[in-house]
Amino acid sequence: MNVPNERKLTIARAMAEAVQQEMQIDPSVFVMGEDIGALGGVYGNTRGLLEEFGSERIRDTPISETAFIGAAVGAAQDGMRPVVELMFVDFFGVCFDAIYNLMAKNIYFSGGNVKVPMVLMTSTGGGYSDGGQHSQCLYGTFAHLPGMKVVCPSNAYDAKGLMTAAMRDDSPVVYMYHKSLQGMGWLATEPGATVHTPEESYTLEIGKAKVAREGSDVTIVSVGLGVHHALKAAEQLEADGVNAEVIDLVSLVPLDRDTIRASVAKTGRLIVVDEDYMSYGVSGEVIASVTEHDISVLKAAPKRVAYPDVPIPYARVMEQFCLPNPDKIVAAFKDMKAA
Amino acid sequence: MAPTRDEQHWMYRNMVTSRKFEETIAGIYFEGKTPVFSMADGPIPGEMHLSDGQEPVAVGVCAHLNPEDVVTATHRPHHQAIAKGVDLDKMAAEIFGKATGLSGGRGGHMHLFDADVNFACSGIIAQGMGPAVGAALSRKMQKKPGVGVAFVGEGAVNQGGWHEAMNLAATWKLPFVCVIEDNDWGISVSKGDSTAISNNADRAAAYGIPGVRVKDNDPYAIYEAAGEAIARARAGEGPSLIEVETYRLAGHFMGDAEGYRPEGEKDALFEKDPIPKMRAKMLADGIASEAELEAIEAESAARVEAAIKFARDSADPAPEDALTSVFA
Ligand SMILES: Cc1ncc(C[n+]2csc(CCOP(=O)(O)OP(=O)(O)O)c2C)c(N)n1
Ligand SMILES: [Mg+2]
Repeated sequence: MNVPNERKLTIARAMAEAVQQEMQIDPSVFVMGEDIGALGGVYGNTRGLLEEFGSERIRDTPISETAFIGAAVGAAQDGMRPVVELMFVDFFGVCFDAIYNLMAKNIYFSGGNVKVPMVLMTSTGGGYSDGGQHSQCLYGTFAHLPGMKVVCPSNAYDAKGLMTAAMRDDSPVVYMYHKSLQGMGWLATEPGATVHTPEESYTLEIGKAKVAREGSDVTIVSVGLGVHHALKAAEQLEADGVNAEVIDLVSLVPLDRDTIRASVAKTGRLIVVDEDYMSYGVSGEVIASVTEHDISVLKAAPKRVAYPDVPIPYARVMEQFCLPNPDKIVAAFKDMKAA
Repeated sequence: MAPTRDEQHWMYRNMVTSRKFEETIAGIYFEGKTPVFSMADGPIPGEMHLSDGQEPVAVGVCAHLNPEDVVTATHRPHHQAIAKGVDLDKMAAEIFGKATGLSGGRGGHMHLFDADVNFACSGIIAQGMGPAVGAALSRKMQKKPGVGVAFVGEGAVNQGGWHEAMNLAATWKLPFVCVIEDNDWGISVSKGDSTAISNNADRAAAYGIPGVRVKDNDPYAIYEAAGEAIARARAGEGPSLIEVETYRLAGHFMGDAEGYRPEGEKDALFEKDPIPKMRAKMLADGIASEAELEAIEAESAARVEAAIKFARDSADPAPEDALTSVFA
């Protein structure tokens, strides 16, 4: 289908464009991270920025995450609006204190006297055999800890609007982008992520979920890549005469519980799809949002299609065995029907 | 202290085996990834960090080590694994994600573990430091022989964890050696753009321990520096730091276009390829004959070929085995 004036961008380009436009109008915005300068980011999300803004505002860092993320906190409290990159979310292990004891708590500790307007962007996800230190999602880990907003776009339109909103937010925002949606030359990309993206700057409200597909028989809730799995599962289910509604959470913190509840009130069935580890995470939280509120709307026990509680294996057959996919979602629905 | 004739033969053999291994892996890596390149595809998926050019560091250090000594490596571990004596068949099979691999396909290229020769890796920068220091502590407490050696890249020296481990090793006078492979690059960022000083061996002063910088990727000078450091560790005199100027002849990982490298840098590095250099020196010094060197080269190639065949012929793991081995 040819849409007039359609402007399809990858998430990588959408992110870079959002940062570029904000840097043009706000001198306090700057970028720090590993390989975000000449390389333009391992995930392309800072491409072209060094050429336009120079190395004073586009800063390649040493491999010193504790230092530069901590420094971003200090700069944010002092009037700047840093955008920092943690190349893979898995690397949080070496710098989590700066993130959750400083970035996430300093507003609270100051009783609101200081602001921490910073964005921590980080890549998530596996499926390409990069092993257990380069493939995690860790959505639940970040969303669990109070004091940081957490967003997770499933397409380029949302990616741009979320990035602009995140940079304008006076609170820290963790911006988690999925590698398989990013549009890199070296990794296959889910085509549904590359969508029309307006050129002019715009924001997307943080904390607001979207109905990605309307339906009446079952609600499938997910985030990031999982939204695309859910949409594919919904198509398969449609062939069986089942009408699935798909909710794209877009933000994990704040979590839009109202949208989830309204959908499940309509469908009576809930499946949560999460590429993060199953236990103590997003999938349980989404289910609790419904069951704590009004269990009577449910016609069946909710289901989870999530990553099993094991480190991520390297071998393709093992990793694929663990990952959520559309077939598993369909199977979960059939299981639910049988129950 | 110069390497003996036998040690030089061993060093050359391991350098050639490592290079042959990397060249073979590089060829296979693109299988299944054309015409459209995706890292997820082919018999060897995921990131692939090759060690071409850095072989002298591995052999110069490991020439002094026994299987009982503990080595930790990085995301770029093949040369060190080979020099430490990691089973090449199982290592190749692990890189192919096969059931016969070192960890049955759970770890992969950045997570090679061979308990028989005390070799382990971490893909997180500088995080091999703690475990190597801990092994040194354990040997000291158990009064058992053996040293801990951590190989890291020059980029790792800017991690907090690196400094913490160095201080711990020095404070407790542990039998530990940190070997920095300075290939001048951390992905696309040069050492000069990321590091406050040019000689990381100077950082040894901060821990009150010896620090040596070895120039020009010289296997003989590395052998000498490592020999002193390891002897010192074995004698209970505490840790040492060595930084080696080495060369990354490949990209950071396979598929890296390397647009950040200055024009001509790589050509100049290939001119200094350490393998032909060592070969020429061994010939000139009368340490090995042409026939002996050719035999070493042929045997190394055959060894690699056999390992790759073993890997290719091995079965995939059972998918559900992903759920096993989480706990001991
Ligand atoms: C804590 C952490 N930060 C960032 C990375 C991503 N990363 C992988 S390799 C690399 C560069 C490492 O440079 P160096 O230590 O010099 O080793 P080399 O790649 O040159 O062998 C980076 C930044 C990582 N693996 N771990
Ligand atoms: Mg390096």
